[in-house]
Amino acid sequence: MSSLLSFTVLGIFTGAAYAIAASGLVLTYSTTRIFNVAHGAFGMVMAFVYWDFSQRQHIPAWISLGLVLLVVAPLVGLFVQRFVTRGLGDAPVSVSLVVTVGLFVGLIGLAQQIWPPAARSVPQFFNQAGFAIGSVFVTYHQLLTIFLSAMVAAGLFLLLNRTRVGTAMRASVDNPELLKLYGGQPGVVAALAWAIGTSLAALAGILLTPVIGLDYYDLTLLVINAYAAAMLGRLKSLPLTFAGAMTLGILQSYAVAYLPSSGDLSGMRAVIPTLFLFAVIILMPQAQLRVGQVKGIVSAPLPQVRRSLVVGAAVVVLVALLTLSLSSSDVLLAGTAATYAMVMLSLVLLTGYGGHVSLAQFTFAGVGALAWAKLDSPNLLGLFLAALIAGAVGALVALPVLRLTGLYLALSTLAFGVLMDKLVFQASFAFGFNGSMPAERLSLLGITVSDGGTYVLIMTIFFVAMAVGLLQLRRGRLGRILIAMRDSPAACGTLGLNMRWFRVALFGLSAGMAGLAGALFAGLRQTISATDFQLFASLPLLLIAVVCGVTSVTGAGIGGVFLMMLPVLQSNYPRLAGLAFVVIGFGAVALGRDPNGLANLLFALGRKLQDRLWPAVTDRMPALPSLPLPGLLNRGEEGQIGKHRHDDGPTWTDRLMDETQVVATEEVAGHGASRG
Amino acid sequence: MALLEVDDVVVQFGGVTAVNEARFALDAGRVTGLIGPNGAGKTTCFNVITGLQKPTSGHVRYEGKDITSMQPHRRAKRGMARTFQRLEAFGSLTVRDNVRVALDIHYGLRGLLQRTPTSSVDSLLERVGIAEYAAERADSIPTGTARLLELARALAGEPKLLLLDEPSSGLDESETDDFGDLLRELAAEGRAVLMVEHDMDLVMTVCDEIHVLDFGHIIASGTPAEIRANRRVQEAYLGQADEEDHPSAVDETTVLDPVTTEIPAVR
Repeated sequence: MSSLLSFTVLGIFTGAAYAIAASGLVLTYSTTRIFNVAHGAFGMVMAFVYWDFSQRQHIPAWISLGLVLLVVAPLVGLFVQRFVTRGLGDAPVSVSLVVTVGLFVGLIGLAQQIWPPAARSVPQFFNQAGFAIGSVFVTYHQLLTIFLSAMVAAGLFLLLNRTRVGTAMRASVDNPELLKLYGGQPGVVAALAWAIGTSLAALAGILLTPVIGLDYYDLTLLVINAYAAAMLGRLKSLPLTFAGAMTLGILQSYAVAYLPSSGDLSGMRAVIPTLFLFAVIILMPQAQLRVGQVKGIVSAPLPQVRRSLVVGAAVVVLVALLTLSLSSSDVLLAGTAATYAMVMLSLVLLTGYGGHVSLAQFTFAGVGALAWAKLDSPNLLGLFLAALIAGAVGALVALPVLRLTGLYLALSTLAFGVLMDKLVFQASFAFGFNGSMPAERLSLLGITVSDGGTYVLIMTIFFVAMAVGLLQLRRGRLGRILIAMRDSPAACGTLGLNMRWFRVALFGLSAGMAGLAGALFAGLRQTISATDFQLFASLPLLLIAVVCGVTSVTGAGIGGVFLMMLPVLQSNYPRLAGLAFVVIGFGAVALGRDPNGLANLLFALGRKLQDRLWPAVTDRMPALPSLPLPGLLNRGEEGQIGKHRHDDGPTWTDRLMDETQVVATEEVAGHGASRG
Repeated sequence: MALLEVDDVVVQFGGVTAVNEARFALDAGRVTGLIGPNGAGKTTCFNVITGLQKPTSGHVRYEGKDITSMQPHRRAKRGMARTFQRLEAFGSLTVRDNVRVALDIHYGLRGLLQRTPTSSVDSLLERVGIAEYAAERADSIPTGTARLLELARALAGEPKLLLLDEPSSGLDESETDDFGDLLRELAAEGRAVLMVEHDMDLVMTVCDEIHVLDFGHIIASGTPAEIRANRRVQEAYLGQADEEDHPSAVDETTVLDPVTTEIPAVR
């Protein structure tokens, strides 16, 4: 009985800390419509700053706490709101997710760079002192946390209900445009929300650090608990968020107490918040289609069939030549790059064409690899089955959230990734804890491809085939509908398209492609383990895909090579290990608003060369009647990149921006006039 | 029986009532106008009818069936189509592909087996008069053209009920005349057309019936002539004569004949 009580106290303590973190998340989301994936990462960095102040520089704990909560965190929040997330709320969900995932990865890199891995600890406030109620010992630290969460709840209530700026905040929850109409200042509201939100993340991080340790990842991933709690309040209601956080804290505490600590179910304890998140997302009510999404997403040019075939053949030839000259370890790296490129192709379909975000694409690759190893039929049929299984799993992940849109789909992939990471991949029927599984190489027509170089060549052929297939899909009816769904779900719905099943099919197809890549990867490595498909690796994958260009297959190819080089760089220059994440993370923050990425620059360069050089070349050539241009240099069907203007003046996308301003002032005038 | 009945629909956003007990009906073969100052709840009405907004209370009936909680795509399958005030063209597709997608969606799985005839795409573009833009990206065409594109796209589903949200803004005078003729034609083919529009010339010449919304209330319904003469409508648009925002300098002829003037709330 006494153990039940003490676990309850522990649960209330963790719940209180989650509640503090979650209320910050709700505050920023509801006022700026940006779901801050990096909320936990801010908490983590602030906990490190607190450690730096209190332990390294020996500033008294209370002063350190005050400095972090009242100075550093709010300033960081203001800075991020001003320079990173401003205007992001009006962007497509995929863009705001990518930018905040960029912050997430960048902050982890930054922390690793400033505070390299070492043993650090932060003591509890009041040095473990406490008091006993009967047989239950309660530390003052726990009491303080519970007290502070109550203070946060009361403070937010007073702020939102009793102050002018709080009223403006609540107004912007319901309708930011209306707030503008009535003379509110969304800018001030957003800045305040981000300052307070970051401060709350910091408080939660600092309070939890003595319990879970000062770790880059553990503290950052705590945010999933905050997501789960915030989701119960549908990212709006603070009371429900607090209720969710408390429930979660207590459930988790009981799980530690009463669930088995060994065997396949031992992972259960770690995934309680994730299961909670899943359950809450599934129970969310039907999302309504939003009208007035941002238009004019620029698409990468779509090359002609002949051209994509020629380029594809050229890539295969290039890799064939390359594998002849590579050492066996470099061949492995080339195969890894091909794997990553294929997984990125699956993101081109999902994110580039479809506008959805998956935060766990490597997990689907892992499902494919696991299926390949388990099936143990190393031929094309086995490969097909592995992809099919991964695809079915992908569809299953999308299925429960059929009724929901963007953000919730992305979060359910995250929850799925954690589940697979902690519960499935490490189980004894899969790779096992710290274990690995043997995998066979693919055999074609009864001939096993044992040579590494040849295997990599086959992987390249698969990559090219997938890329060409993807382009073919994009050219056809399904591709058009995908783009239409991305550009305007509201129009698709009112034209009679049932988007639910399309979304499921899209997720399934994308996961299947990733699964195929995973299966081929397993064959390449011949032995695979859970660490090959860690959830966290999916985030740099997404970011590099976006930076390199997630709207084109070219971007996927470049991105695959980049991602392969990342660990190579990190092992060659261990002191810069964190810096790589910083560059990728903040690179995505800077470039995330244009999903065409680096590949687009390449296309622009190509066109420039073609426009300048090709005429010069043809001019000097002796006049041959009707010489056909080589297919390689032909312009794509949608050769124009960017909004090109019509002679009739500004286009409607430009005008939309102006119109909202005009309508705003007009509506005020209209209301004023008719109110009398 | 009316094709569409809007029955005491109320929509509240937080504390603001956007639509307040709106009630009207639409018949096949007629063009109905829905007018009112900005913020009166016209677009919200459209969203309720097409299923993009769930009403706080009230009902929408279509062909006698209560469709209040039906998904938007199911309503479209039953013959409802709309255009948007804030344009929702598929910006990264060409004008032709915009219409092609609409046809693909309309024909659904049947369409996967047979090619969508290019002729039907082109004839739709010609019908609304934007065939010359067929190969351009939809985010590069002028506003008026994009509105006509949305109309072409809506017509691809062979709708029985057509809802047009400010279709003529961005069109010049002669284009607006052509557009008015097209609307009459579409109604004559047996469609019910509901139009939110600020161009009073167009509304008064084309509509068979007009409903006037103000603060979510329908304050007047009737033929163009009746609406023109209605005192409350004039007040809603111009404010009451003794109001400080609109001192007595307001020209008396303006008040009596809103048809010949631009409604001040619009431009």
